[in-house]
Amino acid sequence: MFAYPTYFVLFGLVLTAVLGLLASWVDRKVTARVQYRVGPPVLQPAIDLVKLLGKETLIPAGAHKPTFLAAPLISLAGVAAVSTLLWITVLQPSRGFTGDVFVALYLLTMPSLGIILGGFASGNPVASLGASREMKLILAYELPFVIALFVPIILSGHAIRLPDIAAHQADAGAFVLHPSGFLAFLAALLCTQAKMGLVPFDVAEAETEITGGPLVDYSGSGLALYRLCKNMLFITLPLFLVVMFLGGITLSVLGIVYGALKLILVVAVLTLIRNTNPRIRIDQAMRFFWFPVTVVALAGVVLAMVGW
Amino acid sequence: MAKTILPIGPYHPLQEEPEFFTLTVEGERITDIDVRVGYNHRGIEKLSESKTFDQSTFVIERICGICSTSHPFAFTRAVEDIFPMEVPERAQYIRTIIAEGERIHSHLLWLGLAGHFLGYNTVFMWAWKLREEILDVMEILSGNRNNYAMFRPGGVRRDIKPEDIPAALRRIDSIVPTLEMLKNAVIDDPVLHARTKGVGVLSKADSIRYSAVGPTARASGVARDLRKNCPYGAYDKVEWNMIVTQNGDVFDKAVVRILETFESIKIIKTCLDHLPEGEIDANITSVPPGEGIGHIEAPRGETFHYVRSDGTNRPVRHKVRAPTFMNLPTFKATIVGETLADATIILAAIDPCYCCTERMAVRDETGRTLLHGPDLVRLSQEKTERIRREMGAEPR
Repeated sequence: MFAYPTYFVLFGLVLTAVLGLLASWVDRKVTARVQYRVGPPVLQPAIDLVKLLGKETLIPAGAHKPTFLAAPLISLAGVAAVSTLLWITVLQPSRGFTGDVFVALYLLTMPSLGIILGGFASGNPVASLGASREMKLILAYELPFVIALFVPIILSGHAIRLPDIAAHQADAGAFVLHPSGFLAFLAALLCTQAKMGLVPFDVAEAETEITGGPLVDYSGSGLALYRLCKNMLFITLPLFLVVMFLGGITLSVLGIVYGALKLILVVAVLTLIRNTNPRIRIDQAMRFFWFPVTVVALAGVVLAMVGW
Repeated sequence: MAKTILPIGPYHPLQEEPEFFTLTVEGERITDIDVRVGYNHRGIEKLSESKTFDQSTFVIERICGICSTSHPFAFTRAVEDIFPMEVPERAQYIRTIIAEGERIHSHLLWLGLAGHFLGYNTVFMWAWKLREEILDVMEILSGNRNNYAMFRPGGVRRDIKPEDIPAALRRIDSIVPTLEMLKNAVIDDPVLHARTKGVGVLSKADSIRYSAVGPTARASGVARDLRKNCPYGAYDKVEWNMIVTQNGDVFDKAVVRILETFESIKIIKTCLDHLPEGEIDANITSVPPGEGIGHIEAPRGETFHYVRSDGTNRPVRHKVRAPTFMNLPTFKATIVGETLADATIILAAIDPCYCCTERMAVRDETGRTLLHGPDLVRLSQEKTERIRREMGAEPR
């Protein structure tokens, strides 16, 4: 239908950004309702972004300038690339390639890597602290996340193409309905929460502890790009979960409506988790991911291997 | 691991007031703390000495926006102590009602902030929403939401109208279920337990050694509450319990404050139900020479005022000691050895109020006072004169 670059620009960047801003509006609106507030109008995330883009970009004196400026772009490129793969899975399954699950998996760490890079490049002690926390957090959640993703691969008969995994679910029902798939989905959902840096796993930014961590010295367009990247993750990661566990999105009117509902559901669950918990400490987060979450994910794998 | 000095303040997104903590950290672990206050000094004691006794209460009310009753309460008691004199019973009850209303909204404010510091913004919003309700009750009773201007030496300025009482009681009753829900949400939350239990522990021995006051001391098992130990107002005429817990960690400090709000509601309701008839003001016309002290249990602990009169209509010396001044040094015991992630909540756990604390004296290392009040006044006047000259003004 389209060439890869077209997919990247049109869907990976533009569509993801638009839907991401919308998803972050859903997040803010649900949060507001939970907290007895009214909440912002639909356009608020976009307005925030435009406003930030118009602000002056300050570069701290002690920063490594090229890295400091490139870091947000690395994050953004990572999200855009993953979402491109996911949109291709949805729109033109035949264009998916063998092993794109793993490519997506690697690319999904890019936003975090960009944040770490930017934090260290800014030369601010608080930013380095936040960056090192982010690094520890990656070490914590990547293991259960990868293990959890084995489950849909096993259940779909060892398919390592995203479209195959989605197609398998279209025939046989969503994996989340299997006991193994449910456990894996649970583990992956918690890892998603951490990947997005949402409470209770917002240890890296932790505004009230380390004033925003890696982002503390970012302003203007650099900060805007990080914000946009986070907003885009708000649709990319739920979309990834929907494709892997919740049966994907099929291209029919009903399919798109269902798909949208699934996405909103995942976003709403993430939002609810973040609004009903305090932030945990980094050591508690690491213990949490390495023990309970990893055990749940492993149990999912074992169940999947015996065919449940 | 290398030592790093990490500043919190004087301006920090976490804090609503300017104060400066220098944390020495090794990795994430805190090895030392230095606290510096004095960024918000407004010379209120001196201001108060230039007003009449009646006017001073308005100035003192503005020492702190949250303790806008505690300070006038302690001040008026100090002035009444100069006589000494008895305040009409109805005025005592009204004072108690206003002081307890302040305690509720102060504790709710703290609870919200504590939630915010832990990233739990839902608790933040809920607590502050509830606080609005209490402020409305205070508006019904006193006409004001925050600076009530109810106190004057010898009594209270305004009466509580009998026709307002049913509406106030209804509003108070309506918030109890929500408060109950919030209490359960905080006290039973396992993740909150993980974050606050065993964190920033102030042992009973340390609490006594540092002379901690208020909920900070009561959470460490020190059963000390002026309202019980040294009753004033109407506290000895109503039924209520002193809340004491034993562990001294952040969680216990939160529990003490949450449970105290329920006791305060009880006190307010009893006082409103049994408001005695009579005068509300002893109508004092002059204050005899002499000195007096007044101390009351503010939401954060004991607030202490000293007033000296020479028989004119102004205090010649007025000294304020706010509870945070006593609780600040406990950071040495609570924060050293904890992780940086816990620093903010430990610093917040004493419910610090820095604008209350901004008074100064200059001491050397042995504790000998180098500069006394008059020296500071002279220094201040010299500085003003220097700035005036620098700006090109005529010397005075």
